[in-house]
Amino acid sequence: MKRREFLLSAALGTAALAAPTVLRAAGSTLKVGTYGGYFKDSFDKFIYPDFTAATGIEIESIAEPTGEAWLVQLSQAARAGQAPADVSMMAQLPRIKGERSGLWAKLDADKMGKIAALPDHFVHRYEDGSVYGTGAVSWYVTLVTNTDAYPEAPASWQALWDPANKDKLGLMSLATNSFLLEITASTHFGGTDILKTEEGILKVMEKLAEVKPNVRLWYRDEGQFQQALETGEIPMGEYYHDVTSLAASQGKPVRSTFPQEGAVLDSGSWVVSKASSALEQSQIFIDYMAQPEIQAKMSRNVGTAPTVPRDLTDLTDEEFASVSSDKAPILPLYDIYVDRGDWINQKWSEMITG
Amino acid sequence: MSDGAEMRATPGWVALWPALMLAIFFLVPFGIMLAVSVSHRDPAGAFIPGFELTHYARFLSAFFAKVMAVSVGVSVAAAAICVVLAFPFTVFLASMSHRTQTVALVVLLSVLSLSEVIIGFSLSTLLSKTAGISNLFYWLGLISEPQAYTPSLFALVTGLCYIGFPFAVLVLYPPVSRLDPEIVEAARVMGASASRAFFGVVVPNLRGAIVGAFILVFVFTLGSYLLPQLLGRSEDWTLSVHITDQAIYQTNLPFAAAMSIFLMLVALALVGLASLAGRQRRAA
Repeated sequence: MKRREFLLSAALGTAALAAPTVLRAAGSTLKVGTYGGYFKDSFDKFIYPDFTAATGIEIESIAEPTGEAWLVQLSQAARAGQAPADVSMMAQLPRIKGERSGLWAKLDADKMGKIAALPDHFVHRYEDGSVYGTGAVSWYVTLVTNTDAYPEAPASWQALWDPANKDKLGLMSLATNSFLLEITASTHFGGTDILKTEEGILKVMEKLAEVKPNVRLWYRDEGQFQQALETGEIPMGEYYHDVTSLAASQGKPVRSTFPQEGAVLDSGSWVVSKASSALEQSQIFIDYMAQPEIQAKMSRNVGTAPTVPRDLTDLTDEEFASVSSDKAPILPLYDIYVDRGDWINQKWSEMITG
Repeated sequence: MSDGAEMRATPGWVALWPALMLAIFFLVPFGIMLAVSVSHRDPAGAFIPGFELTHYARFLSAFFAKVMAVSVGVSVAAAAICVVLAFPFTVFLASMSHRTQTVALVVLLSVLSLSEVIIGFSLSTLLSKTAGISNLFYWLGLISEPQAYTPSLFALVTGLCYIGFPFAVLVLYPPVSRLDPEIVEAARVMGASASRAFFGVVVPNLRGAIVGAFILVFVFTLGSYLLPQLLGRSEDWTLSVHITDQAIYQTNLPFAAAMSIFLMLVALALVGLASLAGRQRRAA
């Protein structure tokens, strides 16, 4: 959801609204929703044909709108007993919100032996312990720099606070996609635990407010920042590791650095609408996607970081480095944005526009 | 002006058609927005019908007062600049040959076909440090090193003026081109200087059109949410940007709707004041 341009998503939103009427196809067809655009195109091209060949299940690929619009559509459709998609890729906030409202179907973990390879944080469970989803794709948000402006790579997120970088940074404009609270907590407060109380969050925001003189652009549009980074107009900031690596491999003067405090690991998850009548096929799909070789294929072709431990995959050092890192990541505290979302967003707006 | 109230050429029922369209496409959506603005926020993404004023209460804070002031200030500035530029431009244009006028108007109208995104990106390149106009100034020796003029309040207002200027000209052009040249000639014959005739005769005669152009650009730029993000600093984000944030990213439709209604009320109040001022002076 964080990875699209707004205008594109608006167009796709319309497309997805029109989609449900075409559905309800009988037989062994599974409707799978992914973010429209790059993700959907990549899955259509590299992943689904092999899945159909291996399992005989046809995939009907559906473009999801970004933001939480898809969650709203899924939950309204479920109330009417409809499932615009059986399996959906969801960002973590809507995934948790759906969990709390019981929107996701409970899955039979015994029939999905391959998800055992996933780390705990990529196996989502209801409070009663039943599994309802798994990590689908993950990606890193790292410290990026223009190599002409910074011949030496910065080693730490501390660079954001360095007075020498006045008016040079591009940071994401939302608390919920920049994860700057987690970055600040990890850099200055020894970890993200401090974010578990409101006083702690305020303290972290106060520290984060110190970067404001260095920030030239709080961006919502990725294209705007990437262009500015490549030209050196805005030579430092936070951005996606995969896209930056790709740009660097095409000869652009940019680099992505995993700082010593860690880079932020964000992810999307597979979940199944409780209104889906294709639970069986959904489980086969989710199980299939958890396989290390499929994760490796996605790393090579889609540019996502594998959700399974690296040693299970056959990725070369170079392939692995272009999408991930062995350094311990900063894991976002998604729950705080679900529990105190409006409060955090309000304080956040006041902080960055004040 | 002639009046033929008793002998209208258009039957009255024709008015039903626009009235119906207005009801379907304006009043109904507006009613829905009103209803959403008082409904209950459901953190799971949607909203639950109901009646509460919490979203309006949330808006009444120093923070949003400041954001509203930024919105109004930026739009007033853009509207004022547009009118100040467009008025003499239009007066000058109206005195040129018919052919030149047509070409100039077509060029101006073509600006309207550009999207805000294209205008925003073009201006941010033009005002950038690495590829922008400051390199020309540097080359000419006017400044000691290239610098960035964006993001800034200046860049934002420039972008809004770029969009607003054609509208201002389009509103001003018909009355300006109809203005009887003999009025100006009479003033000159009576001994007024050219500038005295312009400010003493032309401007007061067209006060209504000037106020109209001001209002149109003001209202039009008030709704801009892309340019403030592309060209402005975070302090310059208008209320429209915050509405977008709430509606798209926080999925808080009730609060977004409440903010939109506040914005509309403020816009209506200012438009009312402006047109009242325009009318009273004309009557005086």
